[in-house]
Amino acid sequence: MITNRIVTSEKSLTKEDFESDQMVKWCPGCGAHAILKSVENVFPEIGYKKENFMFVSGIGCSSRFPYYVNTYGFHGIHGRAAAIATGVKLSNPGLSVWIATGDGDSMAIGGNHFIHIIRRNLDVNIILFNNQIYGLTKGQYSPTTPIGGITRTSPHGTVEHPFVTAGLVMGSQGTFFARVLDTNIKMMNEVMFEAARHDGTSVIEILQNCIIFADKTHAKVTEKEVRDDFQLHLRHGERMLYGKNMEKGIQLKGTKLQGVTVGLNGVEMEDILIHDQYEKNPGLHRMLGKMGPPDLPVALGVIRSAEFETYDDMVEIQIESAREQSEIKCMDDLLKSGETFEVK
Amino acid sequence: MDKKSSLKEKESVVIKFAGDSGDGMQLAGTLFSDTAAVLGNDLFTFPDYPAEIRAPHNTLAGVSGFQVQIGSEKIFSSGDLCDVLVAMNPASLKTNLKWVKPGGTIIVDSDAFTEKAFEKSGYHSNPLSDGSLDVYKLIRAPITTMTRESLSHMNNVTARAADRSRNMFALGIITFLFNQNIEATFKFLEGKFSSKPLVLEINKTLLAAGYNFADTIEAVESTYKVPKATLKRGIYRNISGNVATAWGLMAAAERSGRPLFLGSYPITPATEILIEITKHKALGAKVFQAEDEIAGICSAIGASYTGSLAVTTTSGPGLSLKSEAIGLAVMTELPLVIVNVQRAGPSTGMPTKSEQSDLLQALWGRNGECPAIVMAASTPANCFYYAYEAAKLSMEHMTPVILLTDGYLGNGSELFRIPRVSDLPEIKPPIASANDKSYKPYKRHPETLVRQWALPGTEGLRHRIGGLEKTDISGTVSTDPLNHQIMVQIREAKVKKVADIIPLQKIEGEKSGDLLVVSWGGTEGSIRTAIREMQKDGKKIGHAHFNHIMPLPRNTGEILNSYKKIIVCELNNGQFLKYLRTEFPEIKYLQYNKIQGLPFFTGELVDKFNQLIEEKQS
Ligand code: SF4
Repeated sequence: MITNRIVTSEKSLTKEDFESDQMVKWCPGCGAHAILKSVENVFPEIGYKKENFMFVSGIGCSSRFPYYVNTYGFHGIHGRAAAIATGVKLSNPGLSVWIATGDGDSMAIGGNHFIHIIRRNLDVNIILFNNQIYGLTKGQYSPTTPIGGITRTSPHGTVEHPFVTAGLVMGSQGTFFARVLDTNIKMMNEVMFEAARHDGTSVIEILQNCIIFADKTHAKVTEKEVRDDFQLHLRHGERMLYGKNMEKGIQLKGTKLQGVTVGLNGVEMEDILIHDQYEKNPGLHRMLGKMGPPDLPVALGVIRSAEFETYDDMVEIQIESAREQSEIKCMDDLLKSGETFEVK
Repeated sequence: MDKKSSLKEKESVVIKFAGDSGDGMQLAGTLFSDTAAVLGNDLFTFPDYPAEIRAPHNTLAGVSGFQVQIGSEKIFSSGDLCDVLVAMNPASLKTNLKWVKPGGTIIVDSDAFTEKAFEKSGYHSNPLSDGSLDVYKLIRAPITTMTRESLSHMNNVTARAADRSRNMFALGIITFLFNQNIEATFKFLEGKFSSKPLVLEINKTLLAAGYNFADTIEAVESTYKVPKATLKRGIYRNISGNVATAWGLMAAAERSGRPLFLGSYPITPATEILIEITKHKALGAKVFQAEDEIAGICSAIGASYTGSLAVTTTSGPGLSLKSEAIGLAVMTELPLVIVNVQRAGPSTGMPTKSEQSDLLQALWGRNGECPAIVMAASTPANCFYYAYEAAKLSMEHMTPVILLTDGYLGNGSELFRIPRVSDLPEIKPPIASANDKSYKPYKRHPETLVRQWALPGTEGLRHRIGGLEKTDISGTVSTDPLNHQIMVQIREAKVKKVADIIPLQKIEGEKSGDLLVVSWGGTEGSIRTAIREMQKDGKKIGHAHFNHIMPLPRNTGEILNSYKKIIVCELNNGQFLKYLRTEFPEIKYLQYNKIQGLPFFTGELVDKFNQLIEEKQS
């Protein structure tokens, strides 16, 4: 049983409780605006005291986030938000800790902290703005830029294999992973709420559009003509169906996932997988997380939400039991313990 | 006791236990020291490990040593040359012979001096018989054979297990040689091996066997007695610098009411602090072994924002990795203690050897105008007080503090007179009160320029800070040109003002005159020993040993202006000297530097200082 130590609010809160007085300086039309809206929508619903929310960020467009929401906030240095947040949460487990980060911040310069916070399963929520580009430094390729992507530092196209965020998260033993589009506020709200509820590191990858330097980078999934065929909206307990009329579905064939049409080639509804986000075995979650065009749709919504012990809870439990067992109760006891001798 | 040997009294002696990494020299040395302490001697120890955990058996690279100086007067260092060397194999004799005083005693395990061992340690002839040890008192003890024989009655002990306990037989010889009470050592063994009765029996048997062997053989011409030291009343313990640092931080946490948070990554020779604090979870310390040095300090900064006494511990290369984050702590004006247990650099350098070469990095090794308090401990025991003071200054002045110690202090140990926590100075962090309408993140105390610490979770104080430049008072993000200049000056002034709080610089010896020796950090013991020796000879000399470096004590300039000659002695290429030159450019300085991964020796210092005194006379 994991203990949630976050202080709850007696009053009900509203959106206004979280609105900051600072001017929001993201470019007009940037996908980040929607994320801010979603946070303002969801935070009052979570039920924690407003003083017990805290945002931590690194560097990049995403990382200006703490200034735009009225919580305790810490704008750190490039890549280190996860490390800073680790100290925050361990030092005060009574806080609901949120990290705003980007693809470069978390998976390039901050890759080490990112994989380790996930591995430890510290109870924090990571909102990862994945726009597949470095925005704040004006358009260099990032670890998620698709191979061949033309950017200012790859005028001939990148020759790097990009990370699939879900693969990295689950490879790091992630317990919660969700993916949403910056254009789908409703799903974003739902996912944020579930992330807040999850005990452990929740990673919410937001496929965010950088209108200035990587406009339409997610177009293969988001454009009107393709979205029905390339978006799979997952819901726990429901079949994995997609397509204009929900006629398509995901089937497990051998060791691979396949997109099939119900009623065609002998495929029946029973053949379509049912989503179980709480399954502890990450095998299927991993496959779902890595799906994408041209063969398969991109999985959206909560892909994985498995319960494992959290790092911060285990730290607290160890301290409590050490306290109970130890005869040394204060520094004076410690100073006098062991081999000492007296000079009279 | 039937004494064939004469008894000589000595003011102090230096003993070195040396053997293969697996020979248990650290344990033998520690037991000897602890016994000496209980019997009333002052002491200073220094373990000298190889960088490799278990280098090949009998090789020079595998030699592990433990040196201790015990005395009837205050002991300031582990001593230069030893009076007695215990060498468990040829390799340990070869590496340590140069540190034995001419005429000193060498005890060897003669069984270990075999052809094969000579080959591995590079001896071309048997040193025990080729005359090369003629100037020493050589005690050949067939320790391996006698160890096995002494345990032959215990049929559950293998020859291998017996050989691993040879250290106790050797310690038995030393116990006799120094007229130590064997019962006192038994007591330590009983405490240490209370849950392992067989090991305890083996150790006790061998200790007694070694003692009796020394008592019986003719080889021991004389035994020594070091009379009790006259120590100030109180309760004492033997403590290493790293443990003292850990305890000082823990005491500061308790006294300030702020929980201790340590975010660190293992690195030689600082890891011991991490290990020590982790042991004491019962006192509430939260310890995070981070994925790297950067995560260590960044987690500490997060914990500091949240209200912990936040600490990160490291050594030179780790400090380099932490530079950017120290800047973040400077910018956000959060308390943070960074302990740097210095080692020989640059790069990986010589991890197990000591040096003072990170001073300039601590002072200036960051981007931007980035002032932090820098201070240095100077003995193993005073690491406790300087760690405590670092924590106090850091919290009360809302600033990072870099505390410099070094491998020699960290691993070395000396007697520590135990304080009561309530006798330590109070610590009052400037915590903002809930719902304080006038709270502004960068509003400051008018005199100290210290901002308040507003802890997440507190009602009515929600605010945001970070690494971007701040608007004075409000703390919002700013790129205003004049504001930046003001903020740079405020951050500088805030740290400089700490000089109003710290004690004035003290002088040992002459308060003015011909020669002032200036030093800082871990060299205090060796330099003080040299100065005392010269004072006994009637030489007039002053010594200013600095613990507060940034800011310097208020009277530093006045002191430096009171002598004709100033020599700055450091275990680096002249870093404090460079700093003093920037602060007090009008003064002429001489320098004495040693960069060998070794401490200063009394002899070399005395020679140098005497030369300077004589120069002036001629
Ligand atoms: S540069 Fe791109 S990511 Fe950054 S604010 Fe502008 S649109 Fe958004």
